[in-house]
Amino acid sequence: MGHTLVEKIIGNKVGHEVKPGDIVTVPVDWCMIDDIMVPFAVQKFEEMGFSKVAKPDSVVLIYDHFLPATQVDDSRHFRVGDEFAEKYGIKNVHRTDGICHQLMTEAGYVKPGDIAFGTDSHTVTYGCVGAFSTGIGYTEMAGILGTGELWIKVPETIKVEIDGTLPGNVTSKDIILRIIGDLTASGATYQSLEFTGSTVEAMSVASRMTMSNMAVEAGAKCGIFAPDEKTCDYCKIPYDDSIKALKADDDAIYSKVLRYRAEDFVPVCACPSLVDNIKPVSELKGVKVNQVFLGSCTNGRLEDLRTAAAILKGKHVAPFVKMIVTPASRKIYREALHDGTIEILNDAGCIITTPGCGLCCGRGGGILSDDEVVVATNNRNFLGRMGTSKVKIYLASPVTAAKSAIAGEIVN
Amino acid sequence: MFKAKIWKLGDDIDTDIILPTEYLAFETVEDMKPYAFSPLRPELAAKIQPGDMIVAGHNFGCGSSREQAPEVVKALGISCIVAKSYARIFFRNAINNGLLLIEQPDLYDEVKEGDVAEVETGKEIKVNGKSYPIASLPDNLLEILEAGGLVKAMRKKNGLD
Amino acid sequence: MGMTMAEKIIAAAAGVESCKAGDIETVTLDRLMSNDGTTHLTIDMYNNLKNPRIADVSKLVWIIDHNIPSDSPKTAASHKKMRDFAREHGITFYEGEGVCHQVMMENHVRPGELIFGADSHTCAYGALGAFGTGVGCTDYLYAMVTGTSWLLVPETIKINLHGKLRDGVYARDLILTIIGQISANGANYKAMEFVGDGMASLSMADRIAICNLCVEAGAKTALMEVDDVALDYLKEHGREPKAIFKSDEDAVFSQVIDIDLAEIEPIVAKPHFVDSVVPVSECEGTKIDEAFLGSCNNGRIEDLRVGAAIIKGKHVADKVRFLVVPASRAVYKQALKEGLLDIFMEAGAMVMNPNCSVCWGACQGVIGEGETLISTGTRNFKGRAGHKDSFVYLASAATVTASAVRGYIVSAEKL
Repeated sequence: MGHTLVEKIIGNKVGHEVKPGDIVTVPVDWCMIDDIMVPFAVQKFEEMGFSKVAKPDSVVLIYDHFLPATQVDDSRHFRVGDEFAEKYGIKNVHRTDGICHQLMTEAGYVKPGDIAFGTDSHTVTYGCVGAFSTGIGYTEMAGILGTGELWIKVPETIKVEIDGTLPGNVTSKDIILRIIGDLTASGATYQSLEFTGSTVEAMSVASRMTMSNMAVEAGAKCGIFAPDEKTCDYCKIPYDDSIKALKADDDAIYSKVLRYRAEDFVPVCACPSLVDNIKPVSELKGVKVNQVFLGSCTNGRLEDLRTAAAILKGKHVAPFVKMIVTPASRKIYREALHDGTIEILNDAGCIITTPGCGLCCGRGGGILSDDEVVVATNNRNFLGRMGTSKVKIYLASPVTAAKSAIAGEIVN
Repeated sequence: MFKAKIWKLGDDIDTDIILPTEYLAFETVEDMKPYAFSPLRPELAAKIQPGDMIVAGHNFGCGSSREQAPEVVKALGISCIVAKSYARIFFRNAINNGLLLIEQPDLYDEVKEGDVAEVETGKEIKVNGKSYPIASLPDNLLEILEAGGLVKAMRKKNGLD
Repeated sequence: MGMTMAEKIIAAAAGVESCKAGDIETVTLDRLMSNDGTTHLTIDMYNNLKNPRIADVSKLVWIIDHNIPSDSPKTAASHKKMRDFAREHGITFYEGEGVCHQVMMENHVRPGELIFGADSHTCAYGALGAFGTGVGCTDYLYAMVTGTSWLLVPETIKINLHGKLRDGVYARDLILTIIGQISANGANYKAMEFVGDGMASLSMADRIAICNLCVEAGAKTALMEVDDVALDYLKEHGREPKAIFKSDEDAVFSQVIDIDLAEIEPIVAKPHFVDSVVPVSECEGTKIDEAFLGSCNNGRIEDLRVGAAIIKGKHVADKVRFLVVPASRAVYKQALKEGLLDIFMEAGAMVMNPNCSVCWGACQGVIGEGETLISTGTRNFKGRAGHKDSFVYLASAATVTASAVRGYIVSAEKL
């Protein structure tokens, strides 16, 4: 019987074939702990009574949610992380480099076929390079720190097949939003999403990241792409037979198959306040916008910034509207400086902030007030996520975001 | 067997509703308690009494991996949550904190806030004279739950308790 | 009897021939600046007036700079109130364009003007020969509604600058030295006027830094004669002077201080007072957690150049957070073009959007319990940059950058 991609990744790690529903204990290649969760994970680790971290080199600490700090207690989290790293020989600590999910692949940690867990739900992002990765709580993270392994239930897989060429104003963000709308916010709970087809093959790794990142918004355990040459270029590894083998068998068994024609996609928004409340942008025309946010682990990459810059070049953000741009990492910010993207965005009136989670995590970076409307490229529009519960959050692509900033209302 | 008063919430109760990001970094879960469910029902945290239960619709706990969410619910004294379904990270986190979660497809639609339920774990819930069957958890989860959460299970493994 | 520059500006604004220190004059304001620190309070008071009106809306400039991007629903609500009011009344409005005083210097301030700002560092405008002074929101509201205010004509302390600052010594070191010398209330209610041959070597950036900090000696305002350096700056920014005043030969000064610029050395102001100044060497080795290069005092292109030259090819010390904050969009763009932003970022610094942030301890870069910050900001009061039990040292862009590289306080010369 054939296997899906996630079954293969898990099977390779445990050394035998697995099928959906199996409960297996997997060795963990990467543990990502972000600054919010560091003190809690450390406390649980100590309560559990471990004397050492099983695999210190597999642990990556990343400070991003509280950077730059907005509250007096924030730097305590950095200090606890630093002390923990020092005590247990953890060398991988990123203090000001950018958002965790960007760095985990960008800085060369997670590779195709790896298994990674992180203390943040968007850990699913690493599926973009063909890794199995998912978010867990800090107690489980503490357990992994001590044991180097974790039990998981092998998920069923939903196959999402997309073929054809996307219309010009549509990005991978519109695709994943549409998929979430079709599946609903719980439609893929406990399952793996496997993205295939000529459309995703033609996509950049950055575009794939956007889709993997949001798989969790449909409840999925992971959202995976089979690694290809582009993946290997990005990960700086050879495209060899072991990589080529990381794909689903033709006779793999799926719980469900969704098929899309790329040409059918249109620009969409996730409307307040549910990620699966998807509407075409054409139906939202005229919704006045107070703020636009371009950034986050979903859409803060160079291609997203370039996309926005191409639209904003020579134009200006509408009067009394703010557009906040938060590059996802130091590397991305510097690349965007070098290629002129930042200058275009600055000239257009964008407020360019330092890399971090920023507005997406609701801790700073442009919090809003009652009845204000924000068009945002990040991944969640929950009630109160970016300010009061009366803030209206529309999730959209960088194209829609940039165009809406110029118009002062939702357009594409 | 235990009795519990019902607080009723809707579908897709996300982790930002259960505990907004603003309060995640508070040092203790006691500090976080007053803000539980505040975006949706700011008055709720003060009203919940130890032993009460939450009844909700689909996809309870969707969103982030913040374990403060189940911890704060547990700290409020909630004896169990009965929902149509749960988001997976929340599910694991709840079990790891010794918070009982029960899946039940029909109960939500037939009870109202303030009703009192009788819960017999692994068997049934009785409300307003009607019985709703509930399933038992897989063994590996029951072990964690019975140990009182993952920390205690690990302590046992490390020979500490 | 001759008049000082301050007396002349006030006399002109009051429409009288002359006035002298101690007089109380009713003046017509040329410009009224307010930022998001207090404008929401002003609006609340305005809305409670019986017959609210704005005397001359063209004189109002409102700037969101302290908490941008906003860090809480409360801040966001204040911003919204300010934005909506500005929009409704047609008030000149900036949001996220830079620190208010820098935005004012780049776009509005003209020599000879009398300007109220609802911010204490409004005295910075003296660098262009304008009388800028900080007021509370009640005074601001009165001026906004009537177009006028009353003003006690200040005595003037004349500060004669001679010679040139040595290499590696900056305007920042100079003004901190002066504040240390006359103390934090040494110029209460007074104007500080800077003159002398030493002025010629000071750039506009230096001058703004000097005037800006005079309030830390208690001064009501700071003033400098308008010379070619000032006129060039004005021309470059497309403006003409309103009037050019200078003190008469026989003007009366309450005090005259002579400073030999060559004797100034790198200085830090220790916690928790701006006048607690010592040579950098006395604090050398003090471990830091965060460094801040920015603010209305030292966030200009000249300051960023100083910092970038020091940090180029080096790296921010392990565990130190170095925040670099250009003072305005124009400064940001210039720094981008010169490659400075990239130098800072390559060295591990965090480049932020133009705002006040670290200088006033909110929005971004807040420091925690027991932490130490070295800063080019304006104040080092207890708790100013975050936790009540934290420490702020003030220093020049050079000292701040050098300290960020080493992880402890050190002068740039020793790097």
